[in-house]
Amino acid sequence: MTPAETVAQAPAVTTARPVRPGLFACTVILLRKDLLLEWRTRARLNALVFFGICTLLMFSFALGANAMALREHASGYFWLAILFASVLSLSESFRVEQENHSLDGLRLAPANGRAIFLAKAIGNTVLLWGLGAVLAPLSIAVFDLRVVMSLFTLAFIMLVGSMAISAAGTFYASIASNARARDVLLPILLFPVLVPVLIAAVKATTMVFEGDPMNQMESWLTLLGSLNVIYWGLGLVLFPRIIEDL
Amino acid sequence: MADAAFHIVDVSKRYGPRWALARLTFSLERGKSLLLTGHNGSGKTTLLKILATAMSPTLGKLTVLGHDCHEGREPIREKVGLLSHASFLYEDLTAAQNLVVLARLIGMTDGEADATADAMLTRVGLAKRRDHPVRQFSAGMRKRLAVGRLLLKRPELALLDEPFGELDPQGIGEMEKLIAELAAQGTTLVLATHLVDQGKALTTERLHLEEGRRVEARA
Repeated sequence: MTPAETVAQAPAVTTARPVRPGLFACTVILLRKDLLLEWRTRARLNALVFFGICTLLMFSFALGANAMALREHASGYFWLAILFASVLSLSESFRVEQENHSLDGLRLAPANGRAIFLAKAIGNTVLLWGLGAVLAPLSIAVFDLRVVMSLFTLAFIMLVGSMAISAAGTFYASIASNARARDVLLPILLFPVLVPVLIAAVKATTMVFEGDPMNQMESWLTLLGSLNVIYWGLGLVLFPRIIEDL
Repeated sequence: MADAAFHIVDVSKRYGPRWALARLTFSLERGKSLLLTGHNGSGKTTLLKILATAMSPTLGKLTVLGHDCHEGREPIREKVGLLSHASFLYEDLTAAQNLVVLARLIGMTDGEADATADAMLTRVGLAKRRDHPVRQFSAGMRKRLAVGRLLLKRPELALLDEPFGELDPQGIGEMEKLIAELAAQGTTLVLATHLVDQGKALTTERLHLEEGRRVEARA
């Protein structure tokens, strides 16, 4: 094709532009991209699962062959394994954006900053929930747990817990992503904020295995729900400003 | 200034103690093409990033395509394309997937995005590498794909930072042709390059920077 032909075929700059997608559609596009990236680099997923399993087993080895103590603290080990693994997944989700300044590419596309946050946080929620789904049966087997309440309740607790970790984690990972010591900075920033999430998730999970004679489950789930509202709300408001100032 | 592609007044940018741009005032009419020259560290890349709204100036006023950069960055970003030193590409996505993500973000449907991505890959000579991950690409191929990414946006203002870098002689010739095509379509161009002779042949205006200040070009 000659240059003249190419010019004739190329759309003129004055041609009407397509209507940009709204918040929901933009989130779906970016979530698809993030999940596709995770799928194409499955080694990272495998590493995440392996790290979670190792952490869980290390806790049981550290405590020794005290079956009673293992059962008593199993929920705590389960959530600590998810929390520690979350640092890997959150750092990684922003490392791919830093590699070729892809986050700048998204900003200049322009993609909605809130959609970038939602896609990252939902993608991390999916990963952490999936990790929980792998670790839960392993915990039941290793710590000899008995499921008193329904598995659906456990799956729901895992979901709201993962959502809270992902929302706060996505926000702090975006802040830490440009720092030199980002791998150290992220847990320092994130863990103190997630203490209430850890307490509520561990208490609620313990009730799934030991029963809820005092009817406290609703209170812990309400606390987890409230923390989700706060973290997701703050993320939606502040994240666009954070990525503009990076 | 309604017909100005951009109008900057006393724009300055500071990195720590160093001023990368110092009270720069300049404007460029729509449809014109500007050659931006200067030594390394003279402020060319900083100026392009500020025009693209990738970064904010420390001081000064800036209007791009009729929009004040402090009031609304999104309308500017919709119409401006930046070819940067960074490719903005995802290493683990294929060439086509990288373009499709951008095409979807600017409002194309799945079908339109696929067709446009294929057309762009053909245009930049990467059709055979459509389904190869970017991680396997050479520097020159990444540059070509980054150009495809820029063209896909159909920018009214194209900011090209060292567009000939990392290209082989054939690639440089094709890039010159692409830049000429963009100019022929009425796209306003800002071209930052050390290849002054090539740049002069493709542009109508010139801005020479030294330590962030506008100076008269010697050659």
